[in-house]
Amino acid sequence: MSERRARYLSLEEGGFALLLAATAFLCLIIAGKTFDQVLAFHASLISLAAAVGTFFIFRRYFDGDTMPIPQEVDGKPNYNMAPVEFAAWASVFWGIAGFLVGLIIALQLAYPALNLDLPWTHFGRMRPLHTSAVIFAFGGNVLLATSMYVVQRTCRARMPGRILPWFVVLGYNLFIVVAGTGYLLGVTHGKEYAEPEWYADYLLTVVWVFYLLLFLGTLWKRKEPHIYVANWFYLAFIVTIAVLHVFNNMALPISMYSSKSYIVWAGVQDAMVQWWYGHNAVGFFLTAGFLAIMYYFIPKRADRPVYSYRLSIVHFWALIFIYIWAGPHHLHYTSLPQWASTLGMTFSIILWMPSWGGMINGLMTLSGAWDKLRTDPVLRMMVVSVAFYGMSTFEGPVMSIRAVNSLSHYTDWTIGHVHAGALGWVGYISFGALYCLIPWLYNKKDVYSLRLVDWHFWVSTLGIVLYICAMWVSGIMQGLMWRAYDSLGFLEYSFIETVDAMHPFYVMRALGGGLFLLGALIMVYNLYMTARHGESAEAVAAQPDGRLAAAE
Amino acid sequence: MSAWKKHEIFEKNSLILTIGIVVMVSIGGLVEIVPLYYLKSTIEKTEGMRPYTPLELAGRNIYVREGCYTCHSQQIRPLRDELERYGMYSLAAESMYDRPFQWGSKRTGPDLARVGGKYSDEWQRDHLINPRSVSPTSIMPGYPFLAENKLNTRDIQDHLELNAMYGVPYTEDQIKYARADLIAQADPERGDIDGFEERYPGALARSFDGDPSQITEMDALIAYLQMLGTLVDFELYDNNANLR
Repeated sequence: MSERRARYLSLEEGGFALLLAATAFLCLIIAGKTFDQVLAFHASLISLAAAVGTFFIFRRYFDGDTMPIPQEVDGKPNYNMAPVEFAAWASVFWGIAGFLVGLIIALQLAYPALNLDLPWTHFGRMRPLHTSAVIFAFGGNVLLATSMYVVQRTCRARMPGRILPWFVVLGYNLFIVVAGTGYLLGVTHGKEYAEPEWYADYLLTVVWVFYLLLFLGTLWKRKEPHIYVANWFYLAFIVTIAVLHVFNNMALPISMYSSKSYIVWAGVQDAMVQWWYGHNAVGFFLTAGFLAIMYYFIPKRADRPVYSYRLSIVHFWALIFIYIWAGPHHLHYTSLPQWASTLGMTFSIILWMPSWGGMINGLMTLSGAWDKLRTDPVLRMMVVSVAFYGMSTFEGPVMSIRAVNSLSHYTDWTIGHVHAGALGWVGYISFGALYCLIPWLYNKKDVYSLRLVDWHFWVSTLGIVLYICAMWVSGIMQGLMWRAYDSLGFLEYSFIETVDAMHPFYVMRALGGGLFLLGALIMVYNLYMTARHGESAEAVAAQPDGRLAAAE
Repeated sequence: MSAWKKHEIFEKNSLILTIGIVVMVSIGGLVEIVPLYYLKSTIEKTEGMRPYTPLELAGRNIYVREGCYTCHSQQIRPLRDELERYGMYSLAAESMYDRPFQWGSKRTGPDLARVGGKYSDEWQRDHLINPRSVSPTSIMPGYPFLAENKLNTRDIQDHLELNAMYGVPYTEDQIKYARADLIAQADPERGDIDGFEERYPGALARSFDGDPSQITEMDALIAYLQMLGTLVDFELYDNNANLR
């Protein structure tokens, strides 16, 4: 190798340095000029992060470490796994945080004194923290980690860029910190699952555009002629979330120096846009993205090809086309015109088919390998996850029917339904993916202890069952109590009587949530021990390449 | 060539796949959202609807800030028990100035769409400070800090201006005197109450938290709660006007 290295700043590094420096400068001005304390705090935070980023780009330049990164080492793709590792551990961290906040707010509903009557600890501010932490922080980092891993493996190519992957991963986590601390300090849009205020939204938009570029950029470098099915789902997730995020958060601040913004849409139009977004956050974030995980990790772990290639095609296009219509089933009997909510209901019922098509494709991938369920608790976790997916995608269409919805809407039944999907489907498929990913990333044979995975599985399953049963009973009971009449034709119960009746179920739900958290803590220990003390994999045998053949 | 083979075009071209995705996910949203800007039932003007007064708007922003929508809906459905429990079903026009809408999705507590005037200011204040002082088994958090926090009135004019830009019919005077109107509504003794009543006929003006010495966040929130659902007079409303 030559002694004289050309010192150069690549276009990518220069571009990011410029973007980060400009961001740092702009945020510094905002922090200096605003009267808004929360905005000042957030602007300083973003400014600091951007300045540190700029510093690291230039430090590497002045250290003279400017050799281009080899795309291949010993004839094998030189995968970039450090950002994947970061996102995987970030998801573990945010998962525990999110489950813990969930447990706290569950207890607050059973024992209101736990609200502490302080601005930053009461249910109204903690609930968005919980939902965002589990969906966007935990789920989002799982999706970042797995998508970056899967797209590189299935394309047999290194992700493009030196800075780009880190910008995406770190920028996304900065967004989470800004959004989460904002909720506690009272900065919110007041739209469910879209609570981050305008500047956090802008930050996410920028990060997301680069995420799309990173993903497409890896696809463009692929050595495989075909794009693997998991990547279709990841791409649909990234593209659609971008569209949903931009339109649902179309807001202007009252000034550059205020954290308060007003949304462009109002009233009934805002309601429609919100639930178009809200239901498709479920459809594309919590479904399409995690289906991609299913399509890679289950075949990989079971060592079988995906059950049906044709079913994958039908499943994919039908799912993304139909899901987008389902939103207005959240607005039955409201001021939204009835044709719109009926359309939402109709498509929700049709949606049952592609959902179960996907479930069948995932489950049947095990044909010829069912015996592994007895011996491999990681695979069992992922298969049970797909079963939960099947259950909640059946329950969802049922609840979208107008007559059922008149009872279930506004009650805990909805909360139970969401958690069957979130804990059972999203949680378990993520845990399964992490149990696969961490040993792979650290070149270990398997997780540290399969027995502990077994414990995790059973403790959390008990938790989920307690949770959803409690919510079914309390939800249906509350719905029935609201509409109960006495023999004289008067409403039988005052509202507060229906609240009182919920108490035992709220305690039971908190217990279920506590068990789920306990299971996740077992996982954290297990993953830590895997990375630190796991049995090393034999150098070559573990993973010849990441290719997966689709069955014809 | 089998039809399945044709799918290769998506599997081999990431941009064609991306375009395919965008087309597929656009259709449903467009069909469901765009008509809401043209249909009579979603853009009707209804007698009595007026934009929020500056104090009510500030109160509404506190309602949003504290996440009240996580437990309270503001949308009464046309079902027998709801009409009896909460009152007339909600009209689209009643939330036409709501940015963001606060229909909610969960009733851990009761619906608030027509809570205005149902309880006294004192009840609202005591209930917000400690819900269990008036409703012993309530599970709502207490918000004692609202009664202590001075209301931020510095940029209220900017709030009205942005809303006006979006088409909320605030007059030039309403924007110009936003801060004065806010003070007058919460403290009629001190402020220009005549000007306020001229600009917002029929709006309630008094010290809502019972402490005239300062204007607090409690004043604003109660002012908002007390006007919720009271603007449209259903003695006069013609619910057949939109039938065709």
